[in-house]
Amino acid sequence: MIRVVLPAHLRTLAHLDGEVALHVAGVVTQRSILDALEARYPMLRGTIRDHATQQRRAFVRFFACEQDLSHEAPDAPLPSAVATGVEPYLVVGAMAGG
Amino acid sequence: MSRVRVLVGTRKGAFVLTSDGERQRWDVSGPHFGGWEIYHVAGSPADPARLYASQSSGWFGQLIQRSDDGGATWQPVGNEFTYDGVPGTHQWYDGTPHPWEFARVWHLEPSLTDPDTVYAGVEDAALFRTVDGGHSWQELSGLRDHESGSCWQPGAGGMCLHTIVQHPTDAGRIFVAISAAGVFRTDDAGKTWCPANHGLRSEQIPDPTAEVGHCVHRLAMHPSQPETLFMQKHWDVMRSDDSGESWQEISGDLPTDFGFVIDVHAHEPDTIYVIPIASDSEHYPPEGKLRVYRSRTGGHQWEALTSGLPQHDCYVNVLRDAMAVDSLDPCGVYFGTTGGQVYGSADAGNTWTPIVRDLPSVLSVEVQMLP
Repeated sequence: MIRVVLPAHLRTLAHLDGEVALHVAGVVTQRSILDALEARYPMLRGTIRDHATQQRRAFVRFFACEQDLSHEAPDAPLPSAVATGVEPYLVVGAMAGG
Repeated sequence: MSRVRVLVGTRKGAFVLTSDGERQRWDVSGPHFGGWEIYHVAGSPADPARLYASQSSGWFGQLIQRSDDGGATWQPVGNEFTYDGVPGTHQWYDGTPHPWEFARVWHLEPSLTDPDTVYAGVEDAALFRTVDGGHSWQELSGLRDHESGSCWQPGAGGMCLHTIVQHPTDAGRIFVAISAAGVFRTDDAGKTWCPANHGLRSEQIPDPTAEVGHCVHRLAMHPSQPETLFMQKHWDVMRSDDSGESWQEISGDLPTDFGFVIDVHAHEPDTIYVIPIASDSEHYPPEGKLRVYRSRTGGHQWEALTSGLPQHDCYVNVLRDAMAVDSLDPCGVYFGTTGGQVYGSADAGNTWTPIVRDLPSVLSVEVQMLP
């Protein structure tokens, strides 16, 4: 299972208390994780990625294994530690504001 | 006796204030959606239990929340606002073409007759409508497709469609106001639109009397007199008695005619309220005195209403969607400030009391009457 950690506001929106455990078929990529996440929690559509373009929202970041994956290709395979559930995939609200 | 529900949108959540008809003691609930900007919360005139809220954030974008139980519980509904067709461009601040980009929903205007139908005014300026209770939204693109659309420019707060006024009996007639394009009217339920700005004068644009380009801040209409519209413009308080065909200035003896809000007494169609703001760069009341001005003559002659309002060292603003009236007798008047106060008057503005003092900066105030 893939482990996904969401920022507090999105956990509240999706009525979640902690991590999300997702089953992702095939190659585990950022796109496949987010597709599975939005399929299970439709209220998250548009909050992480743009509805139409599927581009990451500007102030959202994707981290895993102490790396910033925000600028990686959405279809690039993720590290095996994420694919095997050893490490979580983190959706993070960027530091912004005063 | 009827009860009153005041719906308050703030920079960091929504609040619901309720009282009985005396309007002396208030229950405050919230924050709902804490931490999110709530540009507007509106109730359906056809079903007071049905509420809609525009929830947004710079991080996570736009959400629309719907309540079917008067705000006790909420469910997110559709949040996809896609411009019809190829959106094209409007003018950017520097005069260059800029692609139309959705930023947020400024204002939600539920239908007068159908709880599932709601109009949404958005930035970049466009009008959307849902007919399925918010699950899906379609643009009424005839507005943005008007021949002037490519020339519209944003005001300082963005290019927003912030005001939607429905004719009380003619479902085809709707007025909208856009900063900084002006007023547009449709008589065919949104298919086609015409500018309605004749008589406006704005020294901040190259042609002060241009058909389009005015920074209209707010419109108000009394349902018993729907051919009459009142306007608070960037500068100038205006009135039209021919459904927007022409406008006349009614600023009269106001201390300044800059401001954002304007509203009409629930039972007196020629009694109107504004809150003068010092200037376009000084977004606070003149002399540090928070004063509501009331005209009982449909404009020109104004009286300052100060009882209960701070009359020294007050430097808050009152934003365009942050005033509303109830329909009790005497009429109640409410407004919210960027300092987080919501003031209410249960006697048509003669005296004021802060209902709450320390909310986040208030973006919008709406009122519902409850059985």
